[in-house]
Amino acid sequence: MCEIGSQIAISMKVNGKTYEVLVDPLSPLSSVLRDQLRLTGTKVGCGKGECGACTVIMDGRAVNSCLVMAGDADGSEIVTIEGLASSGKLHPIQEAFVETGALQCGFCTPGMIMSAKALLDSNPSPTEEEIRRALSGNLCRCTGYHKIIDAVRIASKLIGRNTNQEPVLRGS
Amino acid sequence: MQGGAVITAEAMKSCDREPVVSQMPGEAIPEGQRSDGRYCVVNKPVPRVDAYEKVTGRAKYAADIYFPNMLYGKVLRSRYSHARILSVDTSAAEAMPGVYCVLTAKDLPGEQSWSTYLFLAGDEVRYTGDAIAMVAAETPQIAEEAIRAIKVEYEPLPGVYSIEEALAEGALQVQDYAPGNIVRNTHWPVRKGNVEEGFAKSDVIIEREYRTQYIEHAYIEPEAAVVVPNPVDGSVTVYGSLQNPFMTRRAVAVALGTQIGKVHVIQQTLGGSFGGKEEVMGLMCGRAAVMAVKTGRPVKMVNTREESFLESAKRHPFRLRYKVGATRDGKIQAFEAELVDEGGAYNSQAQFMNWRACVHTTGCYEIPNVKVDVYAVHTNKVYGGAMRGYSSPQVIFGQESLMDELAEALGMDPVELRLKNAFRPGSVTATGHKLEGQSVPLVDLIKRVLDETDFFAVRERYRKEREEAAQSTGAPEGRLRKGIGLAASFRGCGLGAESPDATGAFVAVMDDGSVLIRSGLTDNGQGLSTAHAQIVAEELGVKIEDIVYQRVDTSSIPDGGMTVASRGTFTGGRAMLGAAREVKKALFEVAARMLECDPEDLTSAEGIIFVKGDPSRSITFKEVANRAFWSGREVSKLFWFIPPDLPWDRPTGQGPAFPTYAYACVVAEVQVDMETGAVDVLKVTAGHDVGMAINPALAKGQIYGGIAMGMGMAIMEEVEFSDGDILNPNFDEYIIPTSMDVPEAKPILYESDDPVGPFRAKSLGEGAMECVAAAIANAVADATGRRIRELPLNLERVLLGKSLKRGKGGASK
Ligand code: FES
Ligand code: FES
Repeated sequence: MCEIGSQIAISMKVNGKTYEVLVDPLSPLSSVLRDQLRLTGTKVGCGKGECGACTVIMDGRAVNSCLVMAGDADGSEIVTIEGLASSGKLHPIQEAFVETGALQCGFCTPGMIMSAKALLDSNPSPTEEEIRRALSGNLCRCTGYHKIIDAVRIASKLIGRNTNQEPVLRGS
Repeated sequence: MQGGAVITAEAMKSCDREPVVSQMPGEAIPEGQRSDGRYCVVNKPVPRVDAYEKVTGRAKYAADIYFPNMLYGKVLRSRYSHARILSVDTSAAEAMPGVYCVLTAKDLPGEQSWSTYLFLAGDEVRYTGDAIAMVAAETPQIAEEAIRAIKVEYEPLPGVYSIEEALAEGALQVQDYAPGNIVRNTHWPVRKGNVEEGFAKSDVIIEREYRTQYIEHAYIEPEAAVVVPNPVDGSVTVYGSLQNPFMTRRAVAVALGTQIGKVHVIQQTLGGSFGGKEEVMGLMCGRAAVMAVKTGRPVKMVNTREESFLESAKRHPFRLRYKVGATRDGKIQAFEAELVDEGGAYNSQAQFMNWRACVHTTGCYEIPNVKVDVYAVHTNKVYGGAMRGYSSPQVIFGQESLMDELAEALGMDPVELRLKNAFRPGSVTATGHKLEGQSVPLVDLIKRVLDETDFFAVRERYRKEREEAAQSTGAPEGRLRKGIGLAASFRGCGLGAESPDATGAFVAVMDDGSVLIRSGLTDNGQGLSTAHAQIVAEELGVKIEDIVYQRVDTSSIPDGGMTVASRGTFTGGRAMLGAAREVKKALFEVAARMLECDPEDLTSAEGIIFVKGDPSRSITFKEVANRAFWSGREVSKLFWFIPPDLPWDRPTGQGPAFPTYAYACVVAEVQVDMETGAVDVLKVTAGHDVGMAINPALAKGQIYGGIAMGMGMAIMEEVEFSDGDILNPNFDEYIIPTSMDVPEAKPILYESDDPVGPFRAKSLGEGAMECVAAAIANAVADATGRRIRELPLNLERVLLGKSLKRGKGGASK
C-alpha cells in the first residue's frame, strides 16, 4: 500500500485477477468494484449494511462491500457475481436460481447468490432454517423468498452431485 | 409437399392445436375450451427470458451505466417541511474545483413544475423532499461537498401534518389551488339505492373507523438515471430506472422547455418499482437533463436510500369510516362510507386512486343501498403515490375487518356472512354494474380456499388450544395464542373507466425467423416481457427462444400509457396478440402458396407451419419468414388495442367500472405472543382467480411476493414522521420482511375461463397483495379476541391497543 496525495494504491485479487488501484482509502469497496473496476454486478441498495445487495466474498467470507473501506481491502482476495460462471457455464447456484425462477427484478440476486455461495462453501447441505438464516441479511422485495430458499436447496444438491463426479466445484 | 420439416411427436402431443382459437375481445369462447394441455407456450412455466443476465450480474440497471466525461448530480433538499426560502447563496459551491454547475429555481430553462411537483422550489418549500438547488460535479464526493457548501436562509412556517389537521376549520392551506386542503379532483361519490331506507330495514347497524399507515415501496434498487445531451440538435437521451418511460419523457420535455420528441428515453432493467418509480423519476430525470444540457456532458444521478425515502411516493394512508346495516339473517341492507386519504404536499395520483377506491369500497358483496364518498387531503408530508394494489389493500383492510365485526354483531359466522352476500354471476355491484358476460367464480373460490385450508377445523382447533392454555397457565389467556382469519376481494382489471386504457405493441418477424417484440408497457421485474413473449410465441407457433424482447424505448414505439393497474398482461397482452395475429395472417398466406393449400388450412407450432390434420405437409417458420421478407411482404405490425368505452356517471358513481374483475380469497394463520405483542404469521393461503395463468410459475412468484409485502403492511412497516420529517429513512429502522420472517405460503391459481382478457387471462400483480393484511388482521383478532383498527399490528398496538410513536404528527392519533 503506498500513498499518493489523499489516495492510496491497493492491490487485490478479484475473481482470480490481480488489480492495482488508486483509491480513496475511506471509500467503500462497493464503489471501487463498481466505479473503478466496472464490476457492476455488485449492487448498492442501502449503503449501510442493511440490505445485502452488495454482498461479495472476501477471503472466503460473505461481506457487505458497502461497509468495507477500500483501504482494508488491500491484499485481499475477492469473488463477485461476475466471478461465478466459468467460461460461459453457470455456477450450480446460478443454475438453480434460473431453474426455480428465484428472481423477479433481479436486483437482490447477485447478493443473494454470493451469500448462498458463502453458505454452501462452508456448509454443503444446510437445513431450511440454516438457509433462511444465511440469507436473512439479504433483502428481497419481489419474491417473498420462497423460491430463493428452494433454489439454494436445489443448488446444494446439484453441488453434491457434481462434487461426487468431479472434485473441483465449477467456477469456484 | 415442401420443406420436409419434422414435427416431433412431443410437439404434437403437447400442443393440441385444433381447439386453440385465441380470443379477441368480444369473441365468444367456444364451449368447453379449458387451458389444460392445449397450449405450447402459454399457461406453461417457461423460465423468465431475463434470468440469465440477472444471475450473472450482467443485467444493466441505470446505476450501472457510465459514459466518458460523465458528471454526477446531487440535490439539496429542504431542512423544513414548511418554510419560506429567504435566500440561497451558491457562491462557495460554485467556486469549488470540479463543480460544473450549481442551479436554483431561477436557472431552470423550462417550467418549474411538472404535474404539480417542483423540479426546484423557489420561494416556498412544502415538505422535506422539496429540492432547492442542484449541482453537477466531477465525482459524487465533490457534488456532495458542494451541496453542503450551499447556504439557505429559511423562515420556518407552521404546517399541517395529519388528516384531522388538514380538515380542521381554518386550517393552513398547503396549496393555493386546494381550498380546505382537499386535493383537486379527488372526490368520488357513489350513490346506489337509498341508504336511509336500507338502515331502516336493518336489525343490526354498526359504525367503525379504521386507519392505515404510510408505507415505503422499498424496492431494493434506489432511483438512478443518466442523461446524455446531444449538443447538435439539443435533444437528450435518458437512461433510467423507470416504471413509466413515457411519463418521464413528458417530465423531461417540460423541464427543458423542449418538444417531447426531442427526449429519447430508454428504460433500463428495473430493480423493482411497485408503482414507485414514477413521479420521483420524472423529477430526477428532469433535473439531470437540465444539468446535462447546461454543462454539455452526461449527468448521472443515483439516490442514496435516505434520499429515496425523502422524495419518493408512499402508499397513501387512509382513514376509513363506515356505517353498515344488515337484517338478522345476514343480508347486508345498507353501506355508508367516508374514505379520506392523506396525499401529502403534491399530487398526481389521488384522483385515480380514489376512483378505484370508490368502486371497491363495499367489497365483493352485493348490497342494494350504498353511499360512498372518497377524497384526499394535502399535508406537509411526502406525497402519496401509486403502490401495488393502488388503494385496494387499504380499503380491503377496513372493509374486510368490518365484515368480521358485523358478523360478530349479528352472532353469525363471518364466512357465512360473506357467502350470503358474495357476488355471483348476474350480481349488481355498488356502481350498478351487472356482472354478466364474464366469469364470477367468487363463491366457488372461497369454498376452494376453505377446503384447502381446512378452515373450520383449524379454527376450532386453535380455539380449543387457546382455552386449554388459559386453563393450564391459569392466566385469563394463554401466552401464545393462535388464530385464523379470512379476507376476500374483487379487483377491476386494467384501468377501466379511470382513464384511456389503449396501448400498442409491435411485432416484427425477421428474415432469419426470429421475432422482435416491443411493448409500450414496461417489465418492472414482474416478468411482463416473458408473458408477452409467450403470448406472441403461442400465437405465431414459434418457440419462446425465437422471441427477442427489447426494453421500452420511447422513440421506437408510441406512448402506450402507463404500466400500472396490472394492465401489463391484461391490456398489453391483447395488443401483442393483435399484432401477432396480423403478422401470422401475412405469413400463412405465403406458406399456403408454398404448400399449395389454403391459408385457412394451416396451423403452426414450435417453429413449424403445417396443414391441419396432415402434419407431413409442413414447412419451417423460418423458411416462410425468409420468403415473405424477400418477396416484400409486410411482416411487422404495430397494433393498437383500444378497449371499449366504459361510461361513468360521476355525480352518482354509477357505471360499468371495469371490463372484468379478478377475485381473491386469502386465509392467514398467526400466533400472537400475548406478553410481547409479537405477531408471527404462520401460514398464508392465497387463492386467486387468474382467468388463465399465462405463466403459472411467474403467477405464483407474484403471489409469494404479494404475501410478503402484505405481511409487511400488516405487522411491520410504517414510515414514521415528526412534523413531516421522516424518522426511519433506511432499512435499519424501516423494517421489511426478511427470509426469517416470511410465512409458509400456499398459492392457489384458480382458472375461470374469462372471455375478456388475452388467452382468457385476468390481471394478478396487484391482487396478489391486496387481501393479505386484511386476512392477517382478522386472524390476529381471532387469536387475541381484540380488534385492532389501525395498521401495522406492531408490538405496542397488539399489546396496548395503541401506538407509542416517536415524534409528533403521525398519521394516527
Ligand atoms: S448496500 Fe451494502 S448492505 Fe445494502
Ligand atoms: S428480485 Fe427484486 S429485490 Fe429480489
